[in-house]
Amino acid sequence: MLLIHNGRVLDPSKSFDGPADVLIEGERIARVGTKIEAPGAERLDASGLVVAPGFIDLHCHLREPGNEPAETIESGTRAAASGGFTAVCCMPNTQPVNDNASVTRFILDRAAAGACVRVWPIGAASKGSKGEGLAEIAAMKDAGIVAVTDDGRPIATAKLLRQVMEYARSLDLPVIEHSEDASLFAGGVMREGPTSVRLGLRGVPAAAESICVARDVQICALTGARLHVAHMSAKDSLELVRQAKRRGLPVTCEVTPHHFTLTDEDVVYDARYKMNPPLVSRDDREALLAGLADGSVDAIATDHAPHTQASKEVEFDRAPFGITGFETALGLALEALVHSGRAPLARVVELFTSGPARVLGKTRTIAEGEPADLTLFSTEHPWTFRAAESASKSRNTPFDGRSFRGAPMATVVAGRIVWQRKS
Amino acid sequence: MSFTFRHLLGTEALTRDEITFLLDQSRAFQGIQKQPLKKLATLRGKSAVLAFFETSTRTRISFGTAAARLGADTMNLQAESSSTQKGESLVDTVRTLEAMKPDVIVIRHAASGAPHFVAERLGIPVINAGDGVHEHPTQGLLDALTISDRLGRLDGLDVTIVGDIRHSRVARSNIHVLSKFGCRITLCGPAMWLPPEITQIAPNIRLEPRLDRALPGAQVVMVLRVQTERLQEPALPADEYIRLYQMTPERLALARPDALLMHPGPMIRGLEIDPAVADSPQSCVLEQVTNGVAVRMAVLYLLTGGAPSGAAAG
Repeated sequence: MLLIHNGRVLDPSKSFDGPADVLIEGERIARVGTKIEAPGAERLDASGLVVAPGFIDLHCHLREPGNEPAETIESGTRAAASGGFTAVCCMPNTQPVNDNASVTRFILDRAAAGACVRVWPIGAASKGSKGEGLAEIAAMKDAGIVAVTDDGRPIATAKLLRQVMEYARSLDLPVIEHSEDASLFAGGVMREGPTSVRLGLRGVPAAAESICVARDVQICALTGARLHVAHMSAKDSLELVRQAKRRGLPVTCEVTPHHFTLTDEDVVYDARYKMNPPLVSRDDREALLAGLADGSVDAIATDHAPHTQASKEVEFDRAPFGITGFETALGLALEALVHSGRAPLARVVELFTSGPARVLGKTRTIAEGEPADLTLFSTEHPWTFRAAESASKSRNTPFDGRSFRGAPMATVVAGRIVWQRKS
Repeated sequence: MSFTFRHLLGTEALTRDEITFLLDQSRAFQGIQKQPLKKLATLRGKSAVLAFFETSTRTRISFGTAAARLGADTMNLQAESSSTQKGESLVDTVRTLEAMKPDVIVIRHAASGAPHFVAERLGIPVINAGDGVHEHPTQGLLDALTISDRLGRLDGLDVTIVGDIRHSRVARSNIHVLSKFGCRITLCGPAMWLPPEITQIAPNIRLEPRLDRALPGAQVVMVLRVQTERLQEPALPADEYIRLYQMTPERLALARPDALLMHPGPMIRGLEIDPAVADSPQSCVLEQVTNGVAVRMAVLYLLTGGAPSGAAAG
């Protein structure tokens, strides 16, 4: 038995925010209430802390199988736990690609053996994510995938997207789209704008994303399948998602902490500022913050993308896209949304919990009988992120050395404390 | 004043005073070009690595000549024959070169920012000899020296640059130099090669896709090479470019009668420039080449500590 006491329970799914204790028995929540007496129970003092439903990350790359020098399921989930995440959805662009049930099972076996948070694999939509034939989606679903995507690129053609969406609908799986027009993107390494022109780096216009979002929404309307727009970065994409929601279409979207924190003006010749989608304009960033605050955006997702030092320490043009993101996500969200006064704390918790859960057709709530996945965090704790101390095997983040107000303090998965902040 | 930069990575970060100082220093070396014996012993015992990861003839020879005239030794690396072809990373390649203990590295690279990346990782001065579509600082400086020699000043001139502005590092370096002297810069070329955002990188920049509107009043006309190899796709048929933008005597006549005609080379006669213009008295193409050696001597001299500290002026 584990008693989490003296905390402020904040559960957006029930619009509950108040002092309460949570008693856990085994892997499930046994009781939620005030002044719970549980003699003999292990106690976790949550004084001054928020006790939230377990955070879910809809978008990460754990690199296993295939690129274990950059990350493994074990190291990646330890980093996730120290970011407050209790469940992470890993993208299928591993080597080999997770496009069949045996790869899915391999990932889940590795997770069972060494992951400290829940791993929910996402399967490829097309075989090898090559945009030709469909992947073995039903078999992967039986093995445990929670969605399909060709992340790293969009599903290649409108026709294939239609087929994937029709099929995914019949299997009740959401389709996650990395929306990007390949011809407009071609060779781009950062967002097109004054900074790309000044630095002489090939720019990508925002329309490269929004054109594809428009296509994806149209196919969603045609098929009725659930569409989730990954790492959405452009104002125009957000507007398309808003319109789709107003029409009642099953469209959701996520935004990453780096897109709502940094802008293209921050880019220097350092590949830690190279990610896809690239960092956006101030205008886009403002729009994303507004969307996060007003509920148009459903989830904050990290797009945690570890890369080895050797692969990132090259010319900007040659470096792979992506940055790590688990450990800084909550700190950045508190900074940009709560401490800035843009959104109430409950909204931020929703973006990490019931928001992403809804995308996957799941629930996330603190109630008797529910799985005991909880994230304890402080809105005030001062700390500085040091990439060198990260649990991730990779160090590719522009947030190394950044100081934060507010931090994850403890992560509970299936009734077990899997991580606790030391200082 | 003295020159305090450790590297020369671009002209954007230079102040007007620093540019003036560099040009004054270059003038001191211009005189030497005219003497029968052109070799100095100023940098005797020093060595420069010329690391050219992108093909170049004139810039490499110009830097080599500049180093030789200062008495420095040069070590050459060319991408075609280098270990980069064998998969070695840029950082490993330049650290290997640094281990041979040169005093300065001159780097040309197809990736914008590669010299900056190198400068952050090496303990020796880095000179950018052209990086991607970012900057070519010594070209910007030699162009300024040429203009200032011919017109007697740099301040407040009307300068028109014609060509593929989007993919031109020469244009960017010139913009950053000339705008600091209050020049009004008109950028002219096919619309897809004129990024609107470029007006935000420096003051007093105007975009004008029509040559007949870009030239009137110009005191300096810079014609850029059509860099077909740097484009991902041939965006425009050559005949279209010639039709609208080739610098012909009739078009040059739209500028001021005494306007300078400049070209960073290599010129493609009959494409961006009419041979009659290239060889006209207004053309200072060969002076640009000569001045390139003087400017590069000045840069090598200043960055390798040729001047005793505190006594660098002049």
